[in-house]
Amino acid sequence: MLSKRIIACLDVRDGQVVKGINFEGLRTAGDPAELARRYNVEGVDELVILDITATIERRRALADTIRAVARELFIPLAVGGGIRTEADAAAAVDAGADKVSLNTAALSNPALITTLAERYGSQAVVVAIDAKEENGRFAVYARSGQAAASREAVEWAREAESRGAGEILLTSIDRDGTKVGFDCALTSAVSRAVSIPVIASGGAGTLAHFVDVFTAGRADAALAASIFHYAETSVAALKQHLHQHGVPVRL
Amino acid sequence: MAIALIDYRAGNLTSVRKAFAALGADLVTPETPADLDTAEAIVVPGVGHFGATRALGTDWIEGILARVGEGRPLLGICLGMQWLFEGSEEAPDLPGLGLLSGRCYRLGDAGQSAVKVPHVGWNALELQRDASIVEGIPSGAQVYFTHSYVAPVTGDSVALTDHGERFSSIVQRGHVAGVQFHPEKSGEVGLQVLRNFLSLA
Repeated sequence: MLSKRIIACLDVRDGQVVKGINFEGLRTAGDPAELARRYNVEGVDELVILDITATIERRRALADTIRAVARELFIPLAVGGGIRTEADAAAAVDAGADKVSLNTAALSNPALITTLAERYGSQAVVVAIDAKEENGRFAVYARSGQAAASREAVEWAREAESRGAGEILLTSIDRDGTKVGFDCALTSAVSRAVSIPVIASGGAGTLAHFVDVFTAGRADAALAASIFHYAETSVAALKQHLHQHGVPVRL
Repeated sequence: MAIALIDYRAGNLTSVRKAFAALGADLVTPETPADLDTAEAIVVPGVGHFGATRALGTDWIEGILARVGEGRPLLGICLGMQWLFEGSEEAPDLPGLGLLSGRCYRLGDAGQSAVKVPHVGWNALELQRDASIVEGIPSGAQVYFTHSYVAPVTGDSVALTDHGERFSSIVQRGHVAGVQFHPEKSGEVGLQVLRNFLSLA
């Protein structure tokens, strides 16, 4: 049976891992390569490096950070942040990324999804959707949560899939960094609408939250950052908990 | 040892190179089929559409079959494993290498299953028999998959994996082996598969 994946996210700025709340108020959490090593030993299933300021500052994701993390890691590695063009994606892939995650660029230029899927395969193209609940629907935001995109999350996820996306990385802006739990309503709505895997993100605070998002939320994978960075829980402890609650995981 | 990594533009080869390098193996990318003469083993990687194997024309097929005929080990990874078979429903007009019997088909075509396709993530290997390619790997070990098409279950199957239906996740016939998952992305289990392949060479 296919395991549910636990993905650790490294939000990187200037070569350091940082983490904020509701996309703001960043604090430093350590060296990316060192954290990647620790998570790998603990049994994390996948890593995501997000160059969180890249879009705003119009910088490309730092190839040096990708290389340092990818050097001794033999699990999937996705990279996002500031990937606006085919050349940006190629730079990330050449540095060692297995997947690139598109967010703002996919919204402003949806054809980029197809271009990259044709060049690298759909498995290499993740479309990241940042959504916020507004009047009972899930509004999509671009530019690290700062700009409303006039799209609805479920409809945008369907379109991304039809354009060649291989996975959806779905982040609840409302829950990001709050530790009150994933947005299971949002996750389940998108997961039911597409046949590609949906990675839930935003709000992980307790082990029970992960059980919820894999059952009620119908997530295929769950992503978390601060809960792991500050050693509040280990990936290994989380997987044991999921296993004990009947969620299939790789132990 | 010089191992030929066939680059037919089906995906990125950085990860495969890195994994073999970690095991001390020197990978070379042959420019022409004639360059295969010096290869002690051949690796056919690949992700994406079976149609991508069209880039491997008759000259490559003959070159690879000639080396395999001389006893050089061959490893197919993901799409590269599917290419070892006679063909695939994904590109019905295109023949595979034909070293293994059977045709590849899309997951879920058997009906009934409500699983997501593509099959993406970590799943278990159910070992069917002893084979050198799975030396030191316990049944139940998990590896990383990302694919929509699968190879049939045949007498060459070494391990099966269940995603709505059982398909061949590892095959071996003599010194020809194939893995549907990505050993370069499957942690220590994946590296052990690559080590086992190198020991065939």
